Amino acid sequence: MHDTIKMKAEGVDFFYGPRQALKNINLDICEKHVTAIIGPSGCGKSTFIRLLNRMNELVPNASLKGRILLDGEDIFEESVDAVEIRRRVGMVFQKPNPFPKSIFENVSYGLHVNGVKDKKLIEKRVIASLEKAALWGDIKDRLHESALKLSGGQQQRLCIARCLAVEPEVILFDEPCASLDPISTGKIEELILELKKYYTIVIVTHNMQQAARISDHTAFFLLGELIEMGETQGIFTAPRDKRTEDYITGRFG
Amino acid sequence: MKTKDITQKIGFAALFTCMLVTLFFLGAIIFFIAARGIKVISWEFLTQIPRGGMTQGGVAPAIAGTLYITLGSIAVSLPLGLACAIYLCEYSPKGIFVNIIRMSINNLAGVPSVVFGLFGLAVFVKFFGFGVSILSGSLTLGILALPVVISATQEALTAVPHSLREASLALGATKWETIKKIVLPTALPGILTGIILSIGRVAGETAPILFTAATFYTRRYPDSVFSEVMALPYHIYALMTEGTHPEEQTAIAYGCALILLVLVLAVSGAAIFIRQKQRIQNA
Amino acid sequence: MARIKEKAYEWIFTALAFSSLIFLVGIIIVLFKEGFPIFKAVKAGDFLFGRAWYPTYEPPEFGIFPLVLASFWVTLGALFVCVPLGVGSALYLHEMTSFRQRSVLKPMVEILASIPSVVYGFFGMMIVAPVLQDLLHIPTGLCAFSASLVLGIMAAPTVCSIAEDALSYVPKSFREASFAVGANRWQTLTKVVIPAAGSGISTAIILGMSRAVGETMTVLMVAGGAAVIPKSIFDPVRPMTSAIAAEMGEAPMGSMHYHSLFAIALILFLITFAFNIAAELISRRFRIKLGHSG
Repeated sequence: MHDTIKMKAEGVDFFYGPRQALKNINLDICEKHVTAIIGPSGCGKSTFIRLLNRMNELVPNASLKGRILLDGEDIFEESVDAVEIRRRVGMVFQKPNPFPKSIFENVSYGLHVNGVKDKKLIEKRVIASLEKAALWGDIKDRLHESALKLSGGQQQRLCIARCLAVEPEVILFDEPCASLDPISTGKIEELILELKKYYTIVIVTHNMQQAARISDHTAFFLLGELIEMGETQGIFTAPRDKRTEDYITGRFG
Repeated sequence: MKTKDITQKIGFAALFTCMLVTLFFLGAIIFFIAARGIKVISWEFLTQIPRGGMTQGGVAPAIAGTLYITLGSIAVSLPLGLACAIYLCEYSPKGIFVNIIRMSINNLAGVPSVVFGLFGLAVFVKFFGFGVSILSGSLTLGILALPVVISATQEALTAVPHSLREASLALGATKWETIKKIVLPTALPGILTGIILSIGRVAGETAPILFTAATFYTRRYPDSVFSEVMALPYHIYALMTEGTHPEEQTAIAYGCALILLVLVLAVSGAAIFIRQKQRIQNA
Repeated sequence: MARIKEKAYEWIFTALAFSSLIFLVGIIIVLFKEGFPIFKAVKAGDFLFGRAWYPTYEPPEFGIFPLVLASFWVTLGALFVCVPLGVGSALYLHEMTSFRQRSVLKPMVEILASIPSVVYGFFGMMIVAPVLQDLLHIPTGLCAFSASLVLGIMAAPTVCSIAEDALSYVPKSFREASFAVGANRWQTLTKVVIPAAGSGISTAIILGMSRAVGETMTVLMVAGGAAVIPKSIFDPVRPMTSAIAAEMGEAPMGSMHYHSLFAIALILFLITFAFNIAAELISRRFRIKLGHSG
């Protein structure tokens, strides 16, 4: 494939103290495509995705070997500010985690911490983000109500809008539909397909059908190693590695 | 009935009695103070200065004095206590520093109040030269209240879900921004509870202010932070031990005790019930 | 730039957090500095074990044994009251109340724990002392016995609160295992739960004791004030805290009397410090034993 590579993992080993959680990961993430990461519980997929926006630094005793590149530059370099990386690489979490503030304040929060002060600009960006997250229609007359009153699916879309407001380049989804009902899940999947036109997307999921539905590339992780990666079609119809085949056909999960 | 059933019945009856006796005594204290104190309470009592050699008039300066030193102590314990709790919870360092600080807080909490009084005397009244004043008293009481504020603030901060901090950091906020804009506002009710609890504690303390702030004979409102003040708890003690007219002064003492009791119970009651509700919510 | 600000905030918080350590150390330093000079006038042994406390006489005598003994007796007496009442109430709350009842009663007990000591002292001197004086035909109601009684009632809510916390940490599985072999509730309580919570209950008692020893106003107003070795529990006594509170006002700055009071405060501090460390160590081992993190 000759698409631009947005992010790249090179020889990544990751340790929690003495325990090695990731072994020699080499992976390319293509710009404006959806890359899915699948694998059984404990395979390291959440650990890996959290490296991409340096959230792993919050864990004590964690250490990393290898490089993670964003647009060709190592994000873990000394001179690179983690805070700036996190603005460029956003994250949506497994359980929706809106702040106990109003809907408007949730979305504008990212703008405030990134130094945007112009009230009109903030308002414009909040509305635009809510529209992009397909939430505007639902809440346009409730902007100043508490975000905690929204349903689970709406809260998750709010978290997406919150993420979009800071205009990231990459969006990481860590099992975003794990706590949602099928209808909300469907809406989020639709949203992701829309969003990939503008953003590079990485999604961790243990729902294989979801990966098959919405992703362009899929990576299969097992016990901290990247077993196989390729175009989604290929992975699901003709996997090259037996372990991939076993996982996909449900022989283990 | 089997022996073990009889034993159980007796045992449980004994336990019930313990609870009853405890509540009875405590109820008795409140009852007696209320019954005898209420006779003295009047608008005049609450708003006038004492007259007639501390036998007539009101105790307003003592109420005011208590208020001033309580507020003063919050001015000391709140910033320090908040900073300490934030350090322990948010910057969450591992290892020896944390343990030293935790042990210091626990031990500070157990220091007898009269020792605080002597500390305040030697350091604030004498060494810094503040004299017997609101300032000395507030500083002394502020240190005494520190563990209370730290403890309540820690509880409030730990109750803020970690996912909110993660969401904030993932948007590109710094640690301090996350604390300032997300964690503290969310933890605010718990922090306020801590402040209210410390008010209840500080307002009733006598020994720390015996040598650092309180006086019996001033009869005036304080002019500045360097003035000595009357204070309710000290006034009760002084009336009973320095007073020259036991009959009237005992009555006044009951009145003061009632005011103090109402103040402390109301304040502590509010704080404890709010905290109870929060704990049930968070559980 | 922003990184420097962040680091600055971290350093500020670290520095402020050490304030509690600074104050504790400060207290220790002050007590030593102001208390030690007494040992120029009196040998340590005479100070600690001397039986005559006459600091205002010419020549003054600085034997604090009567004061220490008074503190000891009053605290011991208080234990006889606050342990049964406090632990008994805690057991009642733990075993015999529903969650809803407990969520009303426990806060009530905590609120009662916040009654100021001067109010207890006042109550003790106005009501308890005269009643006991009549009831027991003793020369004065202001004595060690009355002080112990009032102090015990005062410490009971503290003991109750901490003991109840300790009991609530005992895993339900212990009780269920006991029922499963046919024990009734009382047997389970006495043979399984209380032993399991033993360290926690000990902590509660130690902290109650610490509170009793450090208490000032109550004993000042109820214990009577005679700085002599008591012959009976109905004699008036002057515990260490009362001595400091009552005499500091009259002791001239920098005099030996002044220094002796600081020395007493130092000893008092060391006693409560020891109690608190003991309680801390026991409670840490207790939690580890039950599988909770420290």
